[in-house]
Amino acid sequence: MSKLHVTTKVNGDTVEFLCDPRETLLDVLRDRLGLTGAKEGCGTGDCGACSVTVDGRLVCSCLMLGAEAEGKEIATVEGIAEGGALHPLQKKFIEYAALQCGICTPGILVAAKNLLEKTPDPTEEQVRYWLAGNLCRCTGYDKIIRAVMDTAAEMREAS
Amino acid sequence: MQYHRPATFEDAVTLAAGAQGVTRFLAGGTDVLVQMRSDIVTPDTLIDIKAIPGTHDITRQEDGGWRIGVAVTGAEMREHAELDRDWPGLVEAMDLIGSTQVQGRATLTGNLCNASPAADSVPAMIAAGVTATITGPDGSRTAPVEEIPAGPGKTSLARGEMITALHVPPRGTGGGDAYLRFIPRTEMDIAVVGCGVNLVVEGDTITHARVTLGAVAPTAVLVHAAEDALVGRTLDEEALTALADLAEASCNPIDDKRGTIRFRTHVAGVLARRAAKIAYDRAKGAAK
Repeated sequence: MSKLHVTTKVNGDTVEFLCDPRETLLDVLRDRLGLTGAKEGCGTGDCGACSVTVDGRLVCSCLMLGAEAEGKEIATVEGIAEGGALHPLQKKFIEYAALQCGICTPGILVAAKNLLEKTPDPTEEQVRYWLAGNLCRCTGYDKIIRAVMDTAAEMREAS
Repeated sequence: MQYHRPATFEDAVTLAAGAQGVTRFLAGGTDVLVQMRSDIVTPDTLIDIKAIPGTHDITRQEDGGWRIGVAVTGAEMREHAELDRDWPGLVEAMDLIGSTQVQGRATLTGNLCNASPAADSVPAMIAAGVTATITGPDGSRTAPVEEIPAGPGKTSLARGEMITALHVPPRGTGGGDAYLRFIPRTEMDIAVVGCGVNLVVEGDTITHARVTLGAVAPTAVLVHAAEDALVGRTLDEEALTALADLAEASCNPIDDKRGTIRFRTHVAGVLARRAAKIAYDRAKGAAK
């Protein structure tokens, strides 16, 4: 089976790769592009650990083929910090200890950032529903929700 | 597996009609990729339809109805204020499916063609009277969506045929629809029972009614007798009781880990009452 040639943008950089038609975007990010921030939890779109945005839309990268990335703009957790400066969400996650094992954290950061871009002043209920597809088996979610709510408040003040 | 991304429906149909082995169309992939990964379905030919012009569009038609492209996602439907104003039940049914991430990819047409008995959008589409344009090697035809699922995981589409658009009828005046489902939690689950109701009223009197149930039979059920039971009356207690009885009588469910036959049958009646009340209030609100 011949490989497919795909040109796409990842975190603002144009990248090209060859992939098998069956490879998911998650496989491509991790195994071909060396971006291991997105994690494979379930591989079936249930856990959200592989969350990325595609043209600004939050998706599970395990539920999308690498071939489908042609001409798209992908954003992963690796693009959230600007240089050495952590994104406010990342700082708050540390401050609130909103992570333990860390497997779900990249996906939650990508998902939460996407929420705050669309909804800068979310209610707690909105945050909980938005993140319902990001499973965390360590924290019990409360610290995550508080970190997101506090980040939203801080970013509103700063803007 | 061969991956194709045709630029027209004609090319997609030609590819599908000429393909050997297992063929799948790829829109959002939220079912197809899961089935591939778990080796339930291993396509020899995968036809990605998202490069075909128009597949991402929600378009108001001249008659006031809507054309929904086959790659339109749940998130795009949720964000479409006018569609939501006309058909809130249809939009909320689609919106109930999966997580934010799944909503970013999942499509109405995919939910229909996956043919799960528990598909949330399908009872809502049938209640709304949605039709599908189906294109195959011999041309195009139109069919009501209830004719597409043929049983769990099976559709009535012939080899080489594909859905090329969905059509939602004009809402007109005095119309309202609603969809409710029962799950044992608040989010991220599969319907134990689903119920769609679409009503049109003149004043307080119902002039049109379509009631549907999901997850209580191999395919979504249109409760045919509900139309006779509701049209010409107001939605009083007597009408609600008659509706609940008809809904229960239309059930042919299975016992499984999600619910027993008895529970599903009972919940079908409860949801029919509740969804009818919501649809009725919406219809009366729209009639003002």
